[in-house]
Amino acid sequence: MSTAAAQVHEEDHGHHHKETYITKYVFSQDHKMIAKQYLITGLFMGIIGIAMSLLFRLQLAWPEQPFGIFEVLLGKWAPDGVMDPNVYLALVTIHGTIMVFFVLTAGLSGTFSNLLIPLQIGARDMASGLLNMISFWLFFLSSVIMIASLFVEAGPAAAGWTIYPPLSALPQAQPGSGMGMTLWLVSMAIFIASSLLGSLNYIVTVLNLRTKGMTMTRLPLTIWAFFVTAIIGVVSFPVLLSAALLLIMDRSFGTSFFLSDIFIQGEVLHYQGGSPVLYEHLFWFLGHPEVYIVLLPALGITSEIIATNARKPIFGYRAMVASILAIAFLSTIVWGHHMFISGMNPFLGSVFTFTTLLIAIPSAVKAFNYITTLWKGNLQLNPAMLFSIGLVSTFITGGLTGIILGDSTLDINVHDTYFVVAHFHLVMGISALYGLFAGVYHWFPKMFGRMMNKNLGYVHFWVTAVAAYGVFFPMHFVGMAGLPRRYYTNTAFPYFDDLANINVVITVFALIAGAAQLVFLYNFIHSMFYGRKTEQNPWRSNTLEWTAPVEHMHGNWPGAIPHVHRWAYDYSKPGQEEDFVPQHIPLKEGEEELQH
Amino acid sequence: MTIALSLTILVLIGISVWQIAKIFELSQSKKENTQVANDNDNRYNGQLMFAFLLFIYGITLYSFWKWGDVLLPEAASEHGSEYDNLMWISFAIIFFVQTITQALLHYFSYKYHGKKGQKALFYADNDRLEAIWTIIPVITLAGLILYGLYTWTDIMSVEENEDALVVELYAQQFNWKARYAGDDGVLGDANVRFLQDFDGRNLVGIDATDPNGLDDVIVQELHLLVGREVIFKMRSQDVLHSAYMPFFRAQMNCVPGMITEFAFTPNKTTDEMRLDPDVVAKVKKINKIRAENSKALVANGEEALEPYVFDYLLLCNKICGASHYNMQMKIVVDTPEEFEKWMADQQTFAQVIQ
Repeated sequence: MSTAAAQVHEEDHGHHHKETYITKYVFSQDHKMIAKQYLITGLFMGIIGIAMSLLFRLQLAWPEQPFGIFEVLLGKWAPDGVMDPNVYLALVTIHGTIMVFFVLTAGLSGTFSNLLIPLQIGARDMASGLLNMISFWLFFLSSVIMIASLFVEAGPAAAGWTIYPPLSALPQAQPGSGMGMTLWLVSMAIFIASSLLGSLNYIVTVLNLRTKGMTMTRLPLTIWAFFVTAIIGVVSFPVLLSAALLLIMDRSFGTSFFLSDIFIQGEVLHYQGGSPVLYEHLFWFLGHPEVYIVLLPALGITSEIIATNARKPIFGYRAMVASILAIAFLSTIVWGHHMFISGMNPFLGSVFTFTTLLIAIPSAVKAFNYITTLWKGNLQLNPAMLFSIGLVSTFITGGLTGIILGDSTLDINVHDTYFVVAHFHLVMGISALYGLFAGVYHWFPKMFGRMMNKNLGYVHFWVTAVAAYGVFFPMHFVGMAGLPRRYYTNTAFPYFDDLANINVVITVFALIAGAAQLVFLYNFIHSMFYGRKTEQNPWRSNTLEWTAPVEHMHGNWPGAIPHVHRWAYDYSKPGQEEDFVPQHIPLKEGEEELQH
Repeated sequence: MTIALSLTILVLIGISVWQIAKIFELSQSKKENTQVANDNDNRYNGQLMFAFLLFIYGITLYSFWKWGDVLLPEAASEHGSEYDNLMWISFAIIFFVQTITQALLHYFSYKYHGKKGQKALFYADNDRLEAIWTIIPVITLAGLILYGLYTWTDIMSVEENEDALVVELYAQQFNWKARYAGDDGVLGDANVRFLQDFDGRNLVGIDATDPNGLDDVIVQELHLLVGREVIFKMRSQDVLHSAYMPFFRAQMNCVPGMITEFAFTPNKTTDEMRLDPDVVAKVKKINKIRAENSKALVANGEEALEPYVFDYLLLCNKICGASHYNMQMKIVVDTPEEFEKWMADQQTFAQVIQ
C-alpha cells in the first residue's frame, strides 16, 4: 500500500471542515452520507420498479380487464381502465431498466461499496471524496431523467430493457422509440459516467488506502466482492456507452451502424450495411457482466453476514476469493449465450456454451462453501442472516436452470420464454434483492445508529421468501410450455389457454410479495427515527467498521486508524474467551494465524 | 368514480399494512428489546427454515402434479426427440442437485440454530473437500457440454441439398409470409427496395427482373411436407423478429439486412398430431376451459369462443412492437399429395403482378 498516503491520513485526525447543512446532507463528500443517499435513492427507484411489475402482472393474470388503478396511474394510456399494449411494453422495459441498473447496481453496490470500503479497510474516506460526490449526483440526475421519460407525450422507452435496434432506433416502429428512447439513452449515458467514477474510486481506495496490516489476503470478502465488481464495471460499462452513442448516432444523425435495408410505414429508409447483431454483441458485452455486477456484491455481503451470524469462519476463504475472480473473468467471455439464435455463426454458439457452463463450477464452489459454513455453526438467525440463507437458496434454484439456458441446444426452445424470466429473476433479481435486504438489516445500525425491528424483519423475510418462490417457480412451467416473454396477453393463442390459471397464481403471489415490502418500508423509516439506539458492535462482528464510533464523524475514527493483525473470520477460535476476535486485536502469545 | 374508489382502496391498503406493522411492533414484549436474535428467535426461525424446505419440495411436487402436462409441447421434428432427451437428462441432474443442496442448506439452518453458551466449530478449510466439489461439477458439466455441443452441431448444420424444400420466411410488423421457390427450385433475388413496385402487390420485394423469381409463390399459411427436410431462409423488413416454432424445437431470429437460416425435418403431419393421445387430451382440456369462459361471455351478451382445433404454430419471439403478442402464422404439415394439391391452388409471383 502507499505508505505516504496512509501517513497523511493517519495524521489528519482532529482536522474538521466547517460543515453547513448543504455540505453535510446534500453535496456531501463523506462516504457514509453518500452511501445513505445511494440507498434512499435506490429504494425510491425500487418502489417504482416493483409497482410497475405489479401493474403488468395484473394485466397478465386478467388480460384486457379494466382496472381502476390503471386509469388512475396510466391515464390516457389505459382508456376505460384497459391497459394499452404499448404501455405494457413500456412498463416491462422501464421495470427492467430500473431494477437492474438503478436498484441493483447503484442502490446495492453504490450503497455498500461506499459505506463499507473505507470502514472495513481502515481508511478515513474514499480516495477522492469529490469524485464520489459527483458520482452520486450523476446517478441522481440519471434517475431524474429516467423518471421524467415516463411523462413524455408518446410514452417512455418500450423496446425491452435491452433496447435492440431497429425497434429502438425507429420512432415509426413504436411510439416509445421517440422522445422516450432519447431520454432513456441520455439517462443511461449519465448513469454509466456515474458508475465509472464510482468504480474507479473503489478500485483506487482498496488498492491504496488499506490500513497497516490489512493485506489483500486479510480483506473481508465484502471488499473482495466490491473490488472485483468495480473492475468488471470499468471493463464493461464503456462498451455499453459506445453502443448507446452509436445508437444515438443512428437515431439522430442518419448513420447506419445497426441498421440496413428497412421498409417501414410504407417507406424505404436510407440505411445500408449496418447490423443489429453488432448492437447485440456490444450490449451483451456489458449486459452479461452486469449480472455479476449485480450479484457479486450481494454474494460478498452474504459471505460476511453468514460468517458473522454462524459464529464460524467462512469456509474456504481462498476458494471464495478464487471463485469471485473466476466468475469475474468468465463473465466477460460468455455474452454470446444471449445470442445463440441471433443469426451469428453456430460455431460461436458452441464456444459460448462451453465458457458459459464453466461458470457453474465457481458458482457451485461458492454454494457448497456457504452450506459448509453453516455446518456445526451456532447460527444467530437475525433477519440479515435469514435473507443471506434465502439468497443461497434462490441462487441455487435459479443458477441450476442456467445449465439449461446456457446450453445452446436447449436454448432453442426456451429462449426468450418465461423460462428465462423465471431463471434470471431468481438467480440475479431475487438473490441480489435479498443481498440488499440482508445488507440493510445488518448495517442499518452502522448507517443510522439505530436497530431495525427484528420481528418485522422476520415477517418481511418469510412472506417474501414464500411469495418469491410462489411467483417464480410456476413461471418455469409457463416458459417450458412455450409462452414467449413480453407478450401483452396470451389470449391470441388458444393453445395457451391452459396457462391462464398459472398466471393468476403468479400474480396473486406477486401482490403478496409487493405488500410484504411495505412492512420493510415501515420498519426502515420508523427505525430510522424511533429505532432502539444501537451499541457499538451489535452483531459481535470482527470487521473494522464496528470499531468506529456509532455517531458518524468525518474521518471515521476519532484517534488513529486501528491496525490489523488478523483476518476477518476468527469466529469461535479455540483458545479465545469470546466467540469472536476483531481484526484489530493483536495475536496472543503463541497464537497462530491461519495462512492464506 | 372508479378512479376515486380504487385510489381510496389503494390508500386504505397502504394504511392498513402500516397499522398492522405498528400494532405488531407495539404488541411485542418490552422486557428484552435488543433487536438481536435470542435463543427463542433462533429456535422458531430454525424450525421455519425446515418448514420452508418442505414448502420448496411441496411447491415443486404440486406444480408438476397440477401443471406437468403443459411442459414441452409434443415434438414433431426429427431432431425433436434428441432435443427432448438432452432436456430431460439436464432436468434430472438439476433436480438431483436441487433436492440435495436445498435439503442441506435448510436442514443445517434448522439443526445448528444458535443457543446461548454454545460454541461453533472452528473449521476454516479443507482442501480435499473443496477439490471434491470442484471436480464433481467439472465432470458432470463436461458430459453435459459434450452432449450439448454434439446435438447443437447436428441441429444447426444447414446443408444445401437437392431433396430439401427451401422456404423463405418473411417477417414484418405484425405478420408472417412464406415464399416457395416454385418449379425452378430457386428463390428469386429480393430486397425491400422493390416492395413498392406493382402498387404494393410485391409483398416480399422480389426483383421482377430476376427470372428465378417469377415462379415464386408467396403465401400467408406455411405448408411443410412430412419427412422432407425444410431449409428456412429468414428475412425481416423492419425490426428484429424471431421465428419460434415450439413443436419443431426450432427458433431463429429474423434480422433486417441479413438472411438467417434454420433447417429441420417435420415427422408428423397435422392430422397425425391431432390424433396423438397427448394432444387429444390437451385439446380437450383447453376446450373445457374455453367452454367455461364462453358461459361468462354469453351471459354478457357476447359471442361464445370457438372450440379449439390443434394446429402447429409459428410465433414471433423477439419484441417487435404493439402487436408482438399476436404475430403468428399457422403451419400445416402435409403428406406429399396434400402438399401438391395445396400448391397447385397458389398463384405465382408472375400471376400476382400481371
